[in-house]
Amino acid sequence: MNLPSVNKGAASGEVGQRPPESAPKLKSTNLDFYYGTYKALQGISLSIHPNRVTAFIGPSGCGKSTFLRTLNRMYETVRHTRAEGEILLDGEDIFALEVSQLRRRVGMVFQRSNPFPKSIFENVAYGPRVNGTTRKADLQERVERSLRRSALWEEVKDKLHKSAYDLSGGQQQRLCIARALAVDPEVLLLDEPCSALDPIATAKIEDLLFQIKDSCTVVIVTHNMQQAARVADYTGFFLLGKMIEFDSTKVIFKTPSRKETEDYITGRFG
Amino acid sequence: MASSASRTENTRPRRVSRFLTRARGVEAVAHGVAFLAASTIVAITALLVFELWINSALSRHKFGWDFLFTSTWDPISGQFGALPFIFGTVVTSALALLISVPLGVGAAIFLAELAPPKISDALTFCIELLAAVPSVIYGLIGIFVLIPALQTIVPPLKSVFGFLPIFSGPFYGVSIFSAGIVLAVMVVPFIISVSREILLAVPRDLREAALALGATRWESTWDVVVPFAKTGIVGSIFLSLARALGETMAVTMVIGNTPRIQASLLAPGYSIAAVIANEFREAAGDLYTSSLIELGLVLFALTIVINGAARLLILATTGKAAS
Repeated sequence: MNLPSVNKGAASGEVGQRPPESAPKLKSTNLDFYYGTYKALQGISLSIHPNRVTAFIGPSGCGKSTFLRTLNRMYETVRHTRAEGEILLDGEDIFALEVSQLRRRVGMVFQRSNPFPKSIFENVAYGPRVNGTTRKADLQERVERSLRRSALWEEVKDKLHKSAYDLSGGQQQRLCIARALAVDPEVLLLDEPCSALDPIATAKIEDLLFQIKDSCTVVIVTHNMQQAARVADYTGFFLLGKMIEFDSTKVIFKTPSRKETEDYITGRFG
Repeated sequence: MASSASRTENTRPRRVSRFLTRARGVEAVAHGVAFLAASTIVAITALLVFELWINSALSRHKFGWDFLFTSTWDPISGQFGALPFIFGTVVTSALALLISVPLGVGAAIFLAELAPPKISDALTFCIELLAAVPSVIYGLIGIFVLIPALQTIVPPLKSVFGFLPIFSGPFYGVSIFSAGIVLAVMVVPFIISVSREILLAVPRDLREAALALGATRWESTWDVVVPFAKTGIVGSIFLSLARALGETMAVTMVIGNTPRIQASLLAPGYSIAAVIANEFREAAGDLYTSSLIELGLVLFALTIVINGAARLLILATTGKAAS
């Protein structure tokens, strides 16, 4: 329905239906994932392009969030999980990187807004602080820049030292985005970031994604197909732990090559 | 209430009306039962205060406020002052918290955040067993294990810190110090098991949000999880404080039962609960009995004041975090 807006946001490479052949930011090859003995992902191979928004869609339990959580190894906080295969970040094996270093480069925003029990300022300053920024002026500069990038600055600049819990749900989620942006991540992962928000707050976050992709590669999981159509340059469709189809958003929504994708897009199931 | 309900229902179809009346009947009964249960608690508390107040009238009239601020406890000449007991109660409880809070909170963080789940569950089971040990057993362990051990530990401690008033004077074993340690051991299981539950209840995504910024596991625990759980942890500490203030048996076995105020922790002392338990049966004369009952009133007030202060403290600190 809002498909034309996709094309404005997406850059070159749409005409030939093939992704541009720039070096991928993240590249997953034959990735399998297990919860205990249950195989949740099977042989996922795909490339995520720099400075683009990539969306993963699919019905609940299809593995899209699980895949997202392997990209910064966040799955490791859950016991009895295991990933096999290869994921490269700028050509480097993420399983060989030091995990806190990886997560500083690959930030994450969660489904439920989850500000820390601290002030607005301290929420945003936390990431730079744990990564070694201590000078007050530097922190202030970073906090302001991050809050501006997440379009929250004008709303909170007079109450930076109020509790983050005083903000509305939509503001809290934008605060969480500002918090993630404060460490200048190369990739930002968003796990259904708008599922608890009203349409106006959702629209604000979607606008935001357009802006931050200039400086950052964005990967978003959503159960809302219209959202994927609106914000994403590329879309991957997951079903039962498999990546069914991955292509530019326009192709996925207009001329999918797989029947499963078409059925899902047209609402025949899911 | 019932009559007004049935009057408004008259205009509606009869079956609906009957259903509503019945539903309201059930509602009223449930409401009544719950109200009765709740008011029983209030009534018991009020009755407790009332009895303590009435039965301590003799002592209250004779000594007035001086009862709280004098330290002579002489049943023979009929002079009764509560200060040594208040002192003993407060100091032993404070000492107990000083020891048990770092130990208990540290253990809870270990069990909730760092230990493998199987080890954590096994240790938690042991800790909950400790909480079920009767206090007389703790008293016996105090006499037969703790005090002999302290008699070898304290002399070298005195040779180093002897210049401090709190480590001055001779050490006979039974003392405020011993009572504080026994109390610490008794309350530490409460702090651990309650704090652990609270830490485990902190939402997982809050922890992950810190990890996602490049924080280490310990940084996410200390900077985010513990502050989130702070109010609950403080609550577990006050629960323990309430137990320490009122603990009778174990304290009376190791405190020395001497109604005197001394600066040294190594000196014997007395606590309110201990003196009531020890002397009530032998109390000769109405004034003596009445004074012991007034001590009970004082303990009750002390508990309320300390808990109230604690609540204010929580409000103040969480209020500060929020602004």
